[in-house]
Amino acid sequence: MNQRRFFFIIALVAAIIIGVIGIISMPVQQQQIAGWLVSITMQMATPLVLAGIGGMYSERGGVVNIGLEGIMLMGAFTGAAVTYYFDNPWLGILGSVAAGGLLAAVHGVICVKYKGNHIVSGTGVILFGTGFTTLMLEVVWHQKGRGELITNTIPDIIIPQIQSHPFFGPAFSVISPVVVFMFVLTAISWYILYRTPFGLRLRASGEDPSTLDSAGVSVEWIRVVGVIISGCLAGLGGAYLSIGFGSAFAKEMTAGRGFIALAAMIFGNWTPTGILGAGLFFGFLDGLNYFIQIYFPALLPFSNYIAMLPFLLVVVALGLIRKSVPPKAIAKPYEKEKRA
Amino acid sequence: MTTEYAVELEDICKTFPGGVQANKNITLRVRRGEVIGLLGENGAGKSTLMNILYGLLKPDSGRIVINGEEVSLNSPQDAIVRGVGMVHQHFKLIPVLTVVENVVLGLEPILKKMDVRSIPGGRTIGSVLPVDFKTASKKIEEIGEENGLPVDPSSKIHDLSVGLQQRVEIIKMLYRQANILILDEPTSVLTPHEVDELFVTLKEFVKAGKTIILITHKLRESMALCDRICVLRDGELVGIVERKDTSPSKLAQMMVGRPVVFTTQKEPRSPGEVVLSVSNLSVLDNRKLEKVKGINFEVHAGEIFGLAGVQGNGQTELIEALAGLRKPTNGRILVGSVDITGKRARFVREAGVSHIPEDRQRMGIILPFSVEENIALGSHYRPPFAAGLFSAILQLDVIRSATEDLVEDYSIKLSKVNALASTLSGGNQQKVVVARELATKPNLVIAAQPTRGLDVGATEYIHEVLIGLRDRGVAVLLISAELDEIQNLADRIGVIYDGQMVAIKAPGEATPTELGLLMAGHTHESSDEEVALS
Repeated sequence: MNQRRFFFIIALVAAIIIGVIGIISMPVQQQQIAGWLVSITMQMATPLVLAGIGGMYSERGGVVNIGLEGIMLMGAFTGAAVTYYFDNPWLGILGSVAAGGLLAAVHGVICVKYKGNHIVSGTGVILFGTGFTTLMLEVVWHQKGRGELITNTIPDIIIPQIQSHPFFGPAFSVISPVVVFMFVLTAISWYILYRTPFGLRLRASGEDPSTLDSAGVSVEWIRVVGVIISGCLAGLGGAYLSIGFGSAFAKEMTAGRGFIALAAMIFGNWTPTGILGAGLFFGFLDGLNYFIQIYFPALLPFSNYIAMLPFLLVVVALGLIRKSVPPKAIAKPYEKEKRA
Repeated sequence: MTTEYAVELEDICKTFPGGVQANKNITLRVRRGEVIGLLGENGAGKSTLMNILYGLLKPDSGRIVINGEEVSLNSPQDAIVRGVGMVHQHFKLIPVLTVVENVVLGLEPILKKMDVRSIPGGRTIGSVLPVDFKTASKKIEEIGEENGLPVDPSSKIHDLSVGLQQRVEIIKMLYRQANILILDEPTSVLTPHEVDELFVTLKEFVKAGKTIILITHKLRESMALCDRICVLRDGELVGIVERKDTSPSKLAQMMVGRPVVFTTQKEPRSPGEVVLSVSNLSVLDNRKLEKVKGINFEVHAGEIFGLAGVQGNGQTELIEALAGLRKPTNGRILVGSVDITGKRARFVREAGVSHIPEDRQRMGIILPFSVEENIALGSHYRPPFAAGLFSAILQLDVIRSATEDLVEDYSIKLSKVNALASTLSGGNQQKVVVARELATKPNLVIAAQPTRGLDVGATEYIHEVLIGLRDRGVAVLLISAELDEIQNLADRIGVIYDGQMVAIKAPGEATPTELGLLMAGHTHESSDEEVALS
């Protein structure tokens, strides 16, 4: 098992190195296009991976969180609104994380403490997130559909040393800290899930809560914490849309990314590295869509179909490529006093 | 301060939501260093009482005293810190995790230099610091060596045999330094050899001064191991007896509330024509491995054919092929003159085959359905249960009256016929399955582990039903892991080993030892030495 993983990592690193060598031996213009594609892939993947890993914390603990879409919207709105009022994107991020966590906490308490149906509660979260942000959009900016432009968005990290390189320049020289955080988060999440007491308990809670209970750990507490973490991360993912990648809050701007994040989570088999991979793949499909529209203007009349492509591939990928194994006790409320 | 008693439970009462009174004023005092057996039928309240002692359930009233200290247990944590450990009947192990992960769960050691859990707020921080799996693994290996329970800490639970899984459960208790060990039906999943090993281990624990509470419904075990035996019935304490003052039949009487006959009386058989004929049958399992390898046998009308074998030698696949749940790769199955090879389950049922599945909760009954609905299943598509155009409408009144009749005939204990199957005890669930399967007047009954997990009373009842069937000229194929049961009931005994029928004997023809050897794969030529060993 470990050996297989080791060879997989070796193969992955080798593939990346070969790919990069391949790219930098291409003509300059194609290098630029490739660099641009790498950059857009990472940018499009960031909200998916953040929300997807968030969903993982919730579902590994045993709580289904289909409300990611609503929570992301909440994060996107709060991030934009706080930044708009305080003119500080970092406060905006803080706000979005708090708002996401709060909304998720409601979901968590309903599912865990009151043993509500996870899907119904999650649907409620989506509807609340959509309705509340649409309403508040008009309250805050007195506009319909789209809020005012936010000038002070999250500043990008600029690496001047590689700016002039035809491939690394467009790919990595201007990079958002949130994108960097996506990679850091994957590593941290892996560590937390597999190396810490909390991670062990979280996994146990999603597999067999009665075992965790008889080991003397509060199942309810672990599950609620997992759901809150999922909200914080999905909120951050939303904020990246409104004050990182974009620079305004728009009505329903997440456009289904919460669901794609769920798909990435399932496709990534509920593991941090898997979700990173799946998120990057879906992000790449998104980027490819832009790429085709820009570089093959002849295909513009078919842009709707091209935009559909990623979703089709998602269906194919989910349906055909691999079989996912969800946590065993997912969506099952844990009742202590149930008679065995 | 030391007292005579390790555990004192006084006047414990527990009523479950839904009104089942599981414990009624039970007082039990366990002496330090003794083995006490908690004996009773299923649903007598044994596990409930122990779950209360372990802090999983809260009693409605009563006192709990552990090592002389009166305690109020809010969670298992409170019991664990006082040295109480429990091995549950259904193991509390997570299959996808490793042994070490399962053992440390809830009590994870942190890398020493980073352990901040003693300072205020340190427990929260500690929960995201690295777990010291290395030290934990070493400790598990040490515990294993000291107690003769070796296990590889890095293997995953789902790769281990049931016996090894139980070993992990015991190590888990020892890792938590438990000195009051509760074992809930520890032998129900073990092979006879594993049971012997477990008993040796438990005796070692007693020598080391630990107190053991053994929950069981098997008389033999309580007589073999316990110093005192406490009998529960219907949530009430019937009595506590010293082993030397009692006998299995006395205990059985206390458990059931009436005298119990151990060997079932039966008339000599009068076999008729061949009902089931299996020739050269081969079946694959889920992993596409050949589990049944060209098996041949016949079952006659009016006989019980007992199929003995250690679990996993192809019985499951054979039963599934016979019941139409799995397609054989080769061979023929005839019921009467009908070829049912590879046919669907409905075709097989209509050919007059009834199937009492080995895992009743998974295949025999739908737990969230009512008893009526469970009775209707399988016959729900045809008159009298269905009527109208295309038999599309369920005749609920017919189903109800049929269910009421069966409940009466089989004396199934339930509150009302539309009670959920999940609210019934295991024995009554099995009675529902048996009632349904026999209501169709079959020619052949496949009874797979029909008494597994059932108490003395229900077992006795099921045995009577099977013999009654035989006497009425039905062919019965009985598959059981309990050799006693097979020897008691069967007119002919077939032994299955590695997917092949290694012998077919009459009950008087072979001793249990011989059958045991055949089940373990020793053929006739096995040396005297091996016979002497067993």
